[in-house]
Parts: sequence; structure tokens; C-alpha cells
Amino acid sequence: MPLAHPDTQAPMPLPQATYRGGSGIGMSDRDIDNRQHWFEQRLSPLLDRLYGCALRLTRDPDDAEDIVAEAVGKAWSRLGELRDPQCFDGWLLHILNNVFISEWRRRQCRPQRPATAEDPSPDELDSSTFTLFQQLHQPFLLWWGSLEEQFFNSLLHEDIQQAIDALPDPFRVTMVLVEVQGYSYSEAAHLLGIPLGTVRSRLSRARALLQKTLWEQAGDAGVRPDDGGTGRQRP
Amino acid sequence: MSARPLDCEEVIERLFEYLDRELDERQIADIEHHLARCRDCFTRAQFETRLRARVSAAGTVTAPPRLHQRIRQLLDRFNDGEANTHH
Repeated sequence: MPLAHPDTQAPMPLPQATYRGGSGIGMSDRDIDNRQHWFEQRLSPLLDRLYGCALRLTRDPDDAEDIVAEAVGKAWSRLGELRDPQCFDGWLLHILNNVFISEWRRRQCRPQRPATAEDPSPDELDSSTFTLFQQLHQPFLLWWGSLEEQFFNSLLHEDIQQAIDALPDPFRVTMVLVEVQGYSYSEAAHLLGIPLGTVRSRLSRARALLQKTLWEQAGDAGVRPDDGGTGRQRP
Repeated sequence: MSARPLDCEEVIERLFEYLDRELDERQIADIEHHLARCRDCFTRAQFETRLRARVSAAGTVTAPPRLHQRIRQLLDRFNDGEANTHH
């Protein structure tokens, strides 16, 4: 069953030719044209999302483009398997994730690849209980305003992307599936072929590491509880 | 059915599962009952919700023109292939 993405857009009927089995026998030129038009219309607004997710998963623009192109190719050739047209967005993202995971596993099997991060480094272990909230939250009002507000005001899209990209592979991939794409824990476990408990622990560690990185970035941007919250401007 | 009283520690422990919609209705009701009465936990939940939205937004990045072009070529190729198959 295709996984519906929470951001699934308004329904748009899929041309009947596709329901009959995709490139089935007897399709007229008009059927084919309709199907192409439908596919392109749905794909076009989704491309930034597909590319963004692929980029967060791979961390590499070229690899991300390759994965998007492969996913689009697979989706087109399997369009007849899409039972609910309303699930197109989630279905295509699901294909993209599978393309990425296959490639990721293949790379992991290479003997020369250094072991990654199911076992965190000592530094990561130190970070495993870190929370930004504890650093930023002040139970009383300060005359210069709230540190939390300053944090969010100075938090750039780029900061978050860098912090996600800095996560070790298994943590990053799990977090992108759950927190960025909205998969449930059991869906992520199924996709990654890992136990549910591993998804939970990876997520927990990923969040702590991410928040620690964001805290360090916030320090660079001048958001600190001990500087009077003046916060220097970013260049 | 009244909500089971939870302490702050229990709520914070389950906060991300709550935000990830991983809890059942009863557990959600227990958490929300606490959040409606505890300012500290409510503030924490608001903070994490806000941060989560920003993290989620990192999954959308403007696709480069090169990718648009590549997808266009790919679709044209598929279209040509399909048209040839049916003629």
C-alpha cells in the first residue's frame, strides 16, 4: 500500500488509462497524452520537496539529482501500480527513499568504507541528553527579550540544513524520514529494515546531536545567556 | 474516562512520541491534560513544536535548473518510448 505523505496535495483524478494497468494494451494516443500531462502536473510542484529530501539524505547535490531522476523514472514506469492518485506525493517520496536506501546499503557493503555511527563517538555520547530548551529557557522575563525568540529569529534555513548534514548517517537518515518527511516510527523501521527500538534510539540521539549543533551555531550568531542577549548581527 | 495524572518527567519522556503522533488516544489525552495545566511542560512542548517545524522545512530545497532540465529530458524520453510502443 502506498504510504500517504502528510503534505499530500488536493486530489486530482488520474486518467482512467492508468487505472487499467499503466501502459496497458489498447491505450490511445489521447490516453498517453493525458497520462503524461497528469504525471507532469503532479511532479512539477513536488520537485523541490523531492530534491530537498534527497539532498538531506545524501548530503551531495549530484547524488541527490541522481536519486531524484531515478525515482522519477521508476515512478513513471510504475504509474500503473499507483492505486490511489491522491497518494501520488507520498508514493513518489517512498520510491525516492527506496532508491536512496538501496544505494546506501550498497555503499555500506563496500569493505573500504569506515564503520559509521551506530556506535557513537564519546563526544556524541556526551551530547545524548543535550536539549536546546534547557540552554535557552529562562523562567523569568528579561528586559532584552526572550533567548528562545532570539534563537528562532537568528536560526537560518541553512543552519538547520548544516546541522542535519552533520549527523552520522544512520541518525540523519532516520531523522529525515520521521521528522522531515513525516513517516511513522514503524514505517521508518520497515523502510530501513531495523527494529522499532532502533528507530527510537536513533531519533533520540539524532535530536540531541542536532540540538547541540544548533546551540553551537547559535553561539556563533551571538545568542548566549551570558552576553546580555545582545546578540551580534550575522554578517 | 478521566485522564491519568502524569508528572513532568513522564510527559517530557514521551513528548517527542506525542509530537510524532506515535501515541494512542488515551496517552494523547493524558499528555494534553498535563500540558493544559503545567506551564513549564507546555512551554517545552511549544518550543519543540516550533523547532520541529523548522527542521521539517529543511526538506524543501529549490531544485537546480539542471535537475529540471534533466527531468524534462527524462520525461521526453519516456514519452517517445511509450509513443513508439503504441504505434
